[in-house]
Amino acid sequence: MHELMITESILEIALRHARDAGAEKITDLYLVIGELSTVVDESVQFYWDFVSEGTAAEGAKLHFRRIPAELLCQACRHAYSLKEDLTCPKCHSNDVRIITGREFSLEAIEVDQAVPETRAAKENEVLS
Amino acid sequence: MSQRITVVEKILGANERLAETNRLALDQAGVFGLNLMASPGAGKTSLIEHTIRRLADRYQIAVVDGDVATSIDADRAAAAGAQAVQINTGGECHLDAVMLQEALAQLDLPSIDLLIVENVGNLICPANFQLGTHKSVLIASVPEGDDKPYKYPGMYQGVDALVINKIDLQPYIEFDMDYFRRGVEALNPGLVTFPLSCRTGQGMEDWLAWVGEWVERGR
Repeated sequence: MHELMITESILEIALRHARDAGAEKITDLYLVIGELSTVVDESVQFYWDFVSEGTAAEGAKLHFRRIPAELLCQACRHAYSLKEDLTCPKCHSNDVRIITGREFSLEAIEVDQAVPETRAAKENEVLS
Repeated sequence: MSQRITVVEKILGANERLAETNRLALDQAGVFGLNLMASPGAGKTSLIEHTIRRLADRYQIAVVDGDVATSIDADRAAAAGAQAVQINTGGECHLDAVMLQEALAQLDLPSIDLLIVENVGNLICPANFQLGTHKSVLIASVPEGDDKPYKYPGMYQGVDALVINKIDLQPYIEFDMDYFRRGVEALNPGLVTFPLSCRTGQGMEDWLAWVGEWVERGR
C-alpha cells in the first residue's frame, strides 16, 4: 500500500536530477529493487501514470531490475540464493549473512536534452 | 538528443534524512525512543499498557499511536498513565518520519524519558520507513504461527529486539519454537529476544529491565 508514497519519492528524485542536468523531458527511469525489499513493480507502475502526469516525466518508461537475495554462510562460506529456508543448505548453519537483496534505489534516468541552437546548427552543417 | 544520467539515490532517502532530524530532537531532549511493530492483534497495545503501568513511577512516558482510524489505542495508553498522541494515517499502512515529526510537536519532549511509538499493525511496510527512534522492536505472538520469520524476512532483519508474546498459549497451539528461532537467527543473528505473556506477566521482568536500561542510558 505504500507504493504511492514511494512512487512520489521516485518522481521527486528523477525530476531533481533532470533539472540539475538542464533536461526537458525524462523518457526512462531505471530502478533497482532487491528481492527482500517488499516493493511491488505493478503497483509502482500503476501509480506512476497519474503521479507523473503533467510533469517532465510524464509518459516515461519504468525499468525494474530485480536483485535476487544472495546469502553467505558464515560457518562454511557457502554462497547461495534464497529459497524457502534461510539456513545454509550445505552445513545447515543459522549463521548466515544477507549479501544482496535489500537494494532499493533509482540507478539512472534517460532524458531528452534540449540541444542549444548554435550547436544544433553546427551538427546540421556537419551532417549536410 | 537522448542522454543517460546516473542517479544512484536511495528512494527513501528523504524519509531517512527526516528520521535523522527526529532522532536529534529526541537526543537533545534526553528521550529514549522505541518503535514497536507487529501484525494486528500481536499485543502491541497490551505490551504498551503493561510497560506504562510498571515503569510510570520511574519515568515520564509518552505514546504515539499510529492507526488507520480511531483513537482506541491512544485512549488505552492515556488511561494507563502516559501522554498520548494519536496519528490516524487515513489508510496508510505504516508511520513515516513526517508523521512522527508532527506528533513530536504535540509533546513536551524535555519532560519525557521514554517515547513509545506504536506503529500500524502490519508486518511488511513499517520495516521500510525509519522514524528516528533509537530502537525498533518487533512483537511476534504464538498464535500467529512459527513460520512468520520465513514469510516476513524484511521485518525480522531490521529490528533490535524481538518480543514473543502470548507464550502462555503454547500448550494449545502448534508452534515449533526451535523452527521459529532458527528463522530469526538466520535473519538477525544474536537478536535479543523476550518470550513473555502480557496476560500472565510471565517474562515481563526481562523486557522491563531492557527498556529501563536504555532509558537510563538516554537520560
